[in-house]
Amino acid sequence: MSTILFFLPFLLVFTVLAVYAERKLSAFIQDRYGPMEVGYYGILQTVADLLKLLQKEDIVPKAASKKLFLAAPLLIFIAVFMGFSVVPVTSGWTGASIHTGVFFLLAIISLDVIGIIMAGWASNNKYAVLGAIRSASQIISYEVPLTLSVVCVLVIAQSLDLQAISYQQGILITSMDPQAKNYLFGIKALGIDITDVGGILSWNIVRVPFLLPVWIIFFITTLAESNRAPFDLPEAESELVSGFQTEYSGFRWSIIMLAEYGMMLLTSLLGVLLFFGSWNTPLPNVGVLRLADWTTGVPGSWLGHGWTMFWLISKALLMVALQMWVRWTYPRVRLDQLMTLGWKYLTPMALVLLFVCSVWRLIMTW
Amino acid sequence: MTEILFYSFAFIAIISAFFILFTNNVLHAALALIITFLGVTALYVFAHAEFLAVTQIMIYVGGIVVLIIFGVMLTNKAGTSHYKTGSTHRFMGAVVAIGAMSMLIYGILKINFKAIERVGQGGIEELGVGLMTGYVLPFELAAILLLVALIGAAVIAGQDLKNTENK
Repeated sequence: MSTILFFLPFLLVFTVLAVYAERKLSAFIQDRYGPMEVGYYGILQTVADLLKLLQKEDIVPKAASKKLFLAAPLLIFIAVFMGFSVVPVTSGWTGASIHTGVFFLLAIISLDVIGIIMAGWASNNKYAVLGAIRSASQIISYEVPLTLSVVCVLVIAQSLDLQAISYQQGILITSMDPQAKNYLFGIKALGIDITDVGGILSWNIVRVPFLLPVWIIFFITTLAESNRAPFDLPEAESELVSGFQTEYSGFRWSIIMLAEYGMMLLTSLLGVLLFFGSWNTPLPNVGVLRLADWTTGVPGSWLGHGWTMFWLISKALLMVALQMWVRWTYPRVRLDQLMTLGWKYLTPMALVLLFVCSVWRLIMTW
Repeated sequence: MTEILFYSFAFIAIISAFFILFTNNVLHAALALIITFLGVTALYVFAHAEFLAVTQIMIYVGGIVVLIIFGVMLTNKAGTSHYKTGSTHRFMGAVVAIGAMSMLIYGILKINFKAIERVGQGGIEELGVGLMTGYVLPFELAAILLLVALIGAAVIAGQDLKNTENK
């Protein structure tokens, strides 16, 4: 329960730094410098922007539906932030202790559509309404392949609890269940026991190689879920001004941005938790070099907290960097292309992969 | 502490349900419906029915209310008064409501709660196994029903598209 003490300040710091990182990254990709004026190498640029945003007047359009207009950004942020409640931070520091963690996360994230539709409709502006409708249809249609790709991992893990899924992917598997064993590629029949080796070999993506295409589907759908390029149609500047956020200014607009970056972080964390070994170290135990033991620590000790938090957060930040890289490399897709991709390609592919993963699960315990 | 929380969530659910009854604004009613559903979700959590609670959020709040809001917003504009509703058939409505309520109260009073065994904690495993063994027929029937509805919706929407193309 106490993970809010970590996630709330972390999310604020993350957003400030991620906006800076995004501008720098986009600048490097486009062969320019990006912000250079404020502070050393422009590092305080976002702080200056934030101070400017907070001083701006909180404008509510006269024809808008006032109460809904004011409440919508908070609703979007609350829906995204509630998703963090089930995410573990370290091996000894878990989120809310519910057995249906992943299911809860997916359910609660889907509520941000309500906030987005409310924001677009309450603005009483055609661009905002169009943006909101696009955003809602996009989020609803991409939730299907997203959920299917998550279910692929759940079939392998046989658990809905994010912390249990985390423990399975490393050397600490025996501390959950002393009888549990990890085999190479998850297959018992191969006879290569890697319970004590750990490291990258016990991550889900290596345990079940078929999870790599599943992860690609997951990654594409999370880009669409957080409304980012190449799926940023709801805020396509050239056609819709800024979509559902057109009429927002100052503090409320920054809350919407906070929710967007929170969504990026949350989906990155979820991707790492499910596919890339959660808070487990990538280094395996090799003979006398107990690299995995050294870089995991005992759950609950300071070293254990430090290492596992370091691995989880740094992996998640790498995923965020990947999302930014994609954003500044690929052009935006058209709306019909977006729907075609979601329904005609990703959903059937995810269904086939779900079948493959179920078969793999049967082979694992042969 | 748990009792206070339980009753406050129940209170929230009832208040927002009354708000739905007495407001003229369809959109405000839809948003109050979200609060009612979330209040009921909290009650499920207190009843240790975690899976049911999350399913409630996913299906009712994330699915059905979103559809209702979509419908209201696609047909109305903010700031206009088109989305105001009144109430009709008050007498028949009251009769039906009182009849349903007395049936529910009668049923609840007849249940011997002490005789019911408590099943598991979260119960996802039991639920999954149950759906695939003892209750597989109703489960599959529901799936077929949904599939038929899906295909039907696609056909109806497709016909409309064909007509406009022919013109």
